[in-house]
Amino acid sequence: MTDIPREEYILKCTSACAGCSDSLTLRYVLKAAGPETVLVVPACCTSVIQGIYPNTAMNIPVYNVAFAAAAACASGMSAAFQAAGRKTNVIVYAGDGGTVDIGIQALSGAFERGTDFLYICYDNEAYGNTGMQRSGATPAGARTTTTPGGKAQTKKDLDAIVAAHNPPYMATACASYPKDLFSKVQKALSIRGPKFIHVLSPCPPGWRYSSEKSVEMGKLAVRSGMWILYEREFGKVTINRPSKAAMIRPVPIEEYLEPQGRFKGISPEALAMLRSVAERNAERLKREEEGIC
Amino acid sequence: MLTVATGNKAVATAVKQACPSVVAAYPITPQTEIVEQIAEFVTSGELKSQYIPVESEHSAMAACIGASVTGVRTFTATSSHGLHYMHEMVNWAAGARLPIVMANVNRALGPGWNIWAEHTDAFQERDTGWLQVYVGSVQEAYDATLMAFRIAEHESVLLPVMVNLDGFLLSHSMHPLQTVEIGDFIPPIRLPHAIDTAHPMGYGTLTGPDQYFRLRWDIERSMRDSVGVIRETEREFAKRFGRRYDAVEEYRCEDAEVVVVAMGTLGKEAEVAVDLLREEGVPAGSMRIRWLRPFPRLDLSGRDVVAIDRDYSFGFGGVIARSLAATEGAKPFSVIAGLGGQEVTYDDIAGFVRSRRPGEEYWFGVMPDV
Amino acid sequence: MYEVRIHSRGGQGGVTAARLLALAAIRDGKYATACPFYGAERRGAPVVSYVRIDDRPIRVYSQIRHPDLVLVLDPSVMDVVDVLSGMKPGGRVLMNAGEPREMKGFPTCAVDLTGIALRENLVVAGSPILNTPVLGALAKMGVITLESAKMAIQEMFSDMRNVAAAEAAYRELVA
Ligand SMILES: Cc1ncc(C[n+]2csc(CCOP(=O)(O)OP(=O)(O)O)c2C)c(N)n1
Ligand code: SF4
Ligand SMILES: [Mg+2]
Repeated sequence: MTDIPREEYILKCTSACAGCSDSLTLRYVLKAAGPETVLVVPACCTSVIQGIYPNTAMNIPVYNVAFAAAAACASGMSAAFQAAGRKTNVIVYAGDGGTVDIGIQALSGAFERGTDFLYICYDNEAYGNTGMQRSGATPAGARTTTTPGGKAQTKKDLDAIVAAHNPPYMATACASYPKDLFSKVQKALSIRGPKFIHVLSPCPPGWRYSSEKSVEMGKLAVRSGMWILYEREFGKVTINRPSKAAMIRPVPIEEYLEPQGRFKGISPEALAMLRSVAERNAERLKREEEGIC
Repeated sequence: MLTVATGNKAVATAVKQACPSVVAAYPITPQTEIVEQIAEFVTSGELKSQYIPVESEHSAMAACIGASVTGVRTFTATSSHGLHYMHEMVNWAAGARLPIVMANVNRALGPGWNIWAEHTDAFQERDTGWLQVYVGSVQEAYDATLMAFRIAEHESVLLPVMVNLDGFLLSHSMHPLQTVEIGDFIPPIRLPHAIDTAHPMGYGTLTGPDQYFRLRWDIERSMRDSVGVIRETEREFAKRFGRRYDAVEEYRCEDAEVVVVAMGTLGKEAEVAVDLLREEGVPAGSMRIRWLRPFPRLDLSGRDVVAIDRDYSFGFGGVIARSLAATEGAKPFSVIAGLGGQEVTYDDIAGFVRSRRPGEEYWFGVMPDV
Repeated sequence: MYEVRIHSRGGQGGVTAARLLALAAIRDGKYATACPFYGAERRGAPVVSYVRIDDRPIRVYSQIRHPDLVLVLDPSVMDVVDVLSGMKPGGRVLMNAGEPREMKGFPTCAVDLTGIALRENLVVAGSPILNTPVLGALAKMGVITLESAKMAIQEMFSDMRNVAAAEAAYRELVA
């Protein structure tokens, strides 16, 4: 098992909210990627937490770009580095809105073209930057400022969309499992071509739980089966150990939902939708892991 | 009823009263509260609209276009990057002669990211065929939104209307708001070219060099006709609800030898500067341009002009200053101030007037004090 | 024109206090505007909001440079912000504190808004609500009437403890 290096590429002076797992995820991602890395960031909370010009909390170059543009901008950067013979990691670090909604066209294009880059989507399941409106990644039943009665639709299946592009490497992760996250980023960066990591990012103000509980929320998401940790390397699926355990003995979904204000008063229909999505994902991954699909 | 509201809330309240059949919108700071309010009105049943939470602004305007061409009333709201992401569809809406109403909360464009007030976002859309109005108070944001539906849908206009309000300065400030009972102020919408399966037509069909220019001229003809429709609508509004509006709001201009021309909240702040200057014996006045398109006539003859642009056209100049030079032959002292929310006070404005240099351009905060 | 500058930290309700004050002034028959100054800061950063009150419509949008009254909802911001900056001659200070302190000779009133909120059990997500009781203190200082203060609070909040807290602050203001 690799040790996580001490070097920090994101300083403590960010303007993230207390308990923000977006910034925690970013910390591990950069430790894994090291200094020969450029980050491409579309509009999202990460655009704000870097601090205000002329200051920055970041110790590597960060290219901030328009909301829909990250994957396409990274395509250009990756091609330019290739032309110059430079081995620099190009990593898109985008929110769920910038990935599943406005950014999906650029994402799909870059993956289809086989762009050599790593795309990380940190998923706080809403538009955090603008104050928590629904996104395509918001789960059923969650209250956001544009779904005051709870979202009626299910979470968009981003992983299935990415998988349809057959990338050489894709994985899910969560900062509550830092070593797992760290080694997935390292593995992804060792492979050529388009790589994808989808990171669940619990968000205290958005999900409405108290800020010291972020690590616990991530663990509850995995233990309840609401978030499944797995990898798909050249088409071969491996469900990671914490999720394997959760499939055998899951904690009830309610334990994950209960501390979150956004699910307060969730309707039985929405709850059933959440349950069935979780079950469907687990069944599909299990079948894929066994090679029957 | 007298309440208090932010500019965003005022717009959402007017939209609720105009009751569009379809609202498609996407959040962006500092417009977000409009979208959130409308989502809440729809959820609570206060507003019986179809609300489409689209995945981008391009889709927001495209959805409004799809809805509008069926002949129903539509609304959207955006700001800066959102407006520009929908740019292709902004052109389309005007070219397709669809009376869509949009609120745009004026904000600067990146990079660097900036969420504060600037007019460049909407000014860059000025050649699209949209009518554009800029407001100077929360009350005016409400009134202008109501009037926008009536103007856009008027049979001799049938062009979309953009209502512009300054980011934060108006979108997030709370002012008194007098709401009205609109009654039949906005007549039912009737779109002559609405999609009708009983009378099939082609829409946006390939149009050759022998025809295309005719469609363009038709837009311009309606734009010219809209001047009268705007005036008639503003008169009718004043008659029914008691609040007067004109294409240009003049303040102490009768005997003014120098006038400040500005837009939005800076146009209001300029009035305070005028009072200050008058106390010093400077015969100053101010003109707040409300309608950018159709562009109004201003009576500038024989006066010094200080034009304040919260916008810029690189390689050309401040858009208002250059427009006044083109339309009125003015030689304004062109002040570029307030970009990206830069603080500009009435004292600053009075200073611009005192030390004006007609014909020159001055960037506030960049160049040495005048 | 009467100008009030409110100093607080993000999340403490300074913006709502400004809005309540403007609403109360309007209920007094005056014109009023409330403008929060928005930075990109998140929870906990020092923030300012502005309230203007006048007998005529208000046309000023720029920040308040020369306040008639400075309201300090969180005295800890005084370590990082000069709350007295640009104070008008004769300007006054209202502080959320048990005792008035010396503020460079400017007349200063104090009221323990935090204590009142805790006593009235006005606590949301672990933070005491300061923005409704403060209206009582502002009424005592003559910025608005107590009737309008109560009216404004009731228009924005249904919980009557907010009104009780404002009345307590009205009684307990120390000049
Ligand atoms: C074209 C465009 N539309 C809207 C916005 C406003 N905006 C900025 S960030 C954001 C939401 C980002 O959500 P997500 O990608 O999930 O990231 P998060 O903020 O949650 O980290 C929005 C709507 C924008 N900057 N540009
Ligand atoms: S809103 Fe959520 S994701 Fe954004 S900075 Fe705050 S905690 Fe992090
Ligand atoms: Mg998000």
